[in-house]
Amino acid sequence: MNEQSNWLAACRVEDAIENGGVCVKQGEDQIALFYFTRRNEWYATQNECPHKKQMALSRGMIGSTTDEPKVACPFHKKTFSLSTGECLSGDECAIKTYPVKIENGTVYIGTTPKS
Amino acid sequence: MKEPQIIVIGNGMVGYKFCEKLRSKTSSFNLIVFGEEPRRAYDRVHLSEYFNGKTADDLSLSTENWYQEQNITLYLNNPVTKIDRELQKVYTANGFDYSYDILVFATGSGAFVPNIPGIEKDGVFVYRTIEDLDLISGYAKRAKTASVIGGGLLGLEAAKALIDLGIEKTSIIEFAPRLMPRQIDAAGSDMLKSKLADLGLQIHLNKNTTSIEGDGHITALKFSDDTALDVDMLVISAGIKPRDELAKACGIEVGPRGGIVVDEKMQTNDPAVFAIGECALYDGMIYGLIAPGYEMAEVLAANLCEADKAFTGFDMSTKLKLIGIDVASFGDNFITEPDCRTIIFENKHKGVYKRINVSNDGQYLLGGILIGDATAYNLLLQTSNNRIVLPENPEELILGARGGSEPAGGTGITGLPDSALICSCEGVSKGDICSVVADGSCENIDDLKKCTKAGTGCGGCLPMVKDLMTYTLKSQGKYIKNVICEHFNYSRQELFDLIHIHELKSYDEVLDALGKNDGCEVCKPLVSSLLASLWNEMILKKGNDVAQDSNDRFLANIQKGGSYSVVPRVPGGEITPDKLIVIGEVAKKYNLYTKITGGQRIDMFGAHLNDLPIIWEELIAAGFESGHAYGKGLRTVKSCVGSTWCRFGLHDSVSFAIRIEERYRGIRAPHKFKSAVSGCIRECAEAQSKDFGIIATEKGWNLYVCGNGGSKPQHALLLATDLDSETCIRYIDRFLMFYIRTADPLTRTATWLNKMEGGIDYLRNVIISDSLGMAAQWENEIENLIASYKCEWKEAVENPAIRKRFSHFVNAPEDKDPSIEFVEMRGQKRTAEWKTV
Repeated sequence: MNEQSNWLAACRVEDAIENGGVCVKQGEDQIALFYFTRRNEWYATQNECPHKKQMALSRGMIGSTTDEPKVACPFHKKTFSLSTGECLSGDECAIKTYPVKIENGTVYIGTTPKS
Repeated sequence: MKEPQIIVIGNGMVGYKFCEKLRSKTSSFNLIVFGEEPRRAYDRVHLSEYFNGKTADDLSLSTENWYQEQNITLYLNNPVTKIDRELQKVYTANGFDYSYDILVFATGSGAFVPNIPGIEKDGVFVYRTIEDLDLISGYAKRAKTASVIGGGLLGLEAAKALIDLGIEKTSIIEFAPRLMPRQIDAAGSDMLKSKLADLGLQIHLNKNTTSIEGDGHITALKFSDDTALDVDMLVISAGIKPRDELAKACGIEVGPRGGIVVDEKMQTNDPAVFAIGECALYDGMIYGLIAPGYEMAEVLAANLCEADKAFTGFDMSTKLKLIGIDVASFGDNFITEPDCRTIIFENKHKGVYKRINVSNDGQYLLGGILIGDATAYNLLLQTSNNRIVLPENPEELILGARGGSEPAGGTGITGLPDSALICSCEGVSKGDICSVVADGSCENIDDLKKCTKAGTGCGGCLPMVKDLMTYTLKSQGKYIKNVICEHFNYSRQELFDLIHIHELKSYDEVLDALGKNDGCEVCKPLVSSLLASLWNEMILKKGNDVAQDSNDRFLANIQKGGSYSVVPRVPGGEITPDKLIVIGEVAKKYNLYTKITGGQRIDMFGAHLNDLPIIWEELIAAGFESGHAYGKGLRTVKSCVGSTWCRFGLHDSVSFAIRIEERYRGIRAPHKFKSAVSGCIRECAEAQSKDFGIIATEKGWNLYVCGNGGSKPQHALLLATDLDSETCIRYIDRFLMFYIRTADPLTRTATWLNKMEGGIDYLRNVIISDSLGMAAQWENEIENLIASYKCEWKEAVENPAIRKRFSHFVNAPEDKDPSIEFVEMRGQKRTAEWKTV
């Protein structure tokens, strides 16, 4: 993993949506933040679905296949791994994923992508 | 040691496929590709989709980084200008030279342009590249009439493109006496011609164009029969010409009518030089289709990797959709009696023509032609290619078996040999598909596509690929239980009863009690729908919002670009002038596009997520409520004006429609359902195309069920006649609860009935005679649902926790999504097209 120098304070833990996503504004960019409460895990990815370039992944349903956590784009149900960003349905490009950390009830997103 | 260097001239579909095939086999060889066009190889087969909103990037065959990742050097916009075979060097337009050990021509073909006087005039185009399309669409803005010279496959595609560009009058000029002379016969051409004429295309056959008239730019065409035709623009699509000029100039052997001569290894008369695709001439023939081009790429790539493959000609069977019309030909399509027996089926009214050619002994299918309906193409092609012995009555192949039984004999997929080629684009056989399913490596269609590449080319074979998969799974004795997904080992019906018995109220409770792991986008909306059908609680409470499908989650319909549309309920389609004004005012205030829907209400498009609650508040204040256009539940109950105004009306259909719409609004079901009430047998409300429809009779109401429009239209069937209003409603209550409890996920009532053993007679027994003894319970259940109805929009705007979720950014709740773009059209806005990179 890259060394993170820039951590964006995204929101308070209680503002995140349990077992769902919210969209975080980072300048001109948009990052989808997922609080996978069921697994007690946090994930962050680009908000844009690469299939039709829609800013939508934060509104997608999350879940898992075997043990891989994933998100489904609300537009055409393309699914992407939350941990690696890899497209799990067909040949779309992978999405960027970002590290997440929680400190004192605040959610931080590392703005240098993991992948 | 230095790697041998391969130079590929041409970055078209076949040149690209060669690179892909070679790199999938080996990483050795330095690979350099020169392309003449400014962009990476793109899908020329689907070029006309460029006019339907696909972008150059959508059509691209690879990502930008692909060549780099594969260690291939790609030079675009840089044609090779000269080849020195002694020095084994190519020279390019930008003045450099490159050495090769192996040279591959993948130069493809250009448009053949006949030498007609005036061909150089402005407004005359060819149809070959994305650049050609850009030029055509630029010029088309000024044109009202256009012609295409050439009635072959590409000419028809070009004509479709001109129609799509909004040209009012488009015509096709063909020299031969029929359309698509290589694929179809005269009778097929007549059928195609009349279907094209219905679409507004003029077809001129037997026309020899002698000159192109006009002062600088084209204004008319003149023909050898002394007739003329005024046109503003012309697209030439009179055939292809192999791009062999470079090869010819350096002394490679070419055919008398063009094409680089190759042997079965794709080798030219110079052992270091090869040619593949439409520039190659094998056995005196140019193969102008994509599948044989790909096969040539495979042969060459394999042989360069020490395999021993040969190209031995290729089946030129094709199936395509031209302007919405199926056209297919396969095998020996033109053979005639007495060399074969010909069976022809023709339905002029429906525009269907089918011809099959059967061997004189009646044993084998030799070839055929299909116009208007090519659903049987895959099976016919396989039957012909694999020399499968025909059933006793081969006409059943094109007519379907009469008497309801499947055609006898081994003509289905089970009868195909393992060597049968199912996906000809990627060269995948039945054996390839069945073996990966049988050994357990693929259990769904996505896996299968990834693993075998079957169905990833033109996609035409996908239905057959799916059938093969199901057949293989079944033949292994795998019980194909309709389980929901990997998280729930139950069918929808089983889960419905279990949730009911255990009184579970949220998705998480259901998953904990009955499922495993974390759930997914399949089981979440399904369970949410069951919870709503059972308890009718506000769907966004109890953490269920994140388990709702996209539209249900925000109580609105997500549209292209990420904005939403809003549809208030207008029961029966009746609305006061004051309410119409409110809709107009709200739409104006929030800059929404308005359109009347097919269900007699008004849709407002282009709302930002952030604006939804405030829009709903204003609508609610004026007496509106949610129309559930986003939900799997009751949409609309359409009505005609009935006896209140109409001189033919028998009963008050509007009042009855309003009563029904208000009764069932908000009830969630396995799929959406629609209804209508007509005031007399003239049926202006189209009730027979609805999930349940009601038509007034002299004595009461006739009730029809299980119809739908959509992609597979089906007429509703008569369930009961001459009912009074109360009985009619009671029957609908029972019908809906039976459907909600027993249908598979996302199954409309029509499909539900189609799968039901005993069909409409059984359904009638259950609903009217109460053969299951469930009627009382169902009536009770639906009363509970009706009593617990609340407007979801109202609940959402009044509940601060729910309302808070209607903002795009968690860290900037007031900001709207800046990526949403609109453009102007006819005085309103519309959403911008799908974006490119």
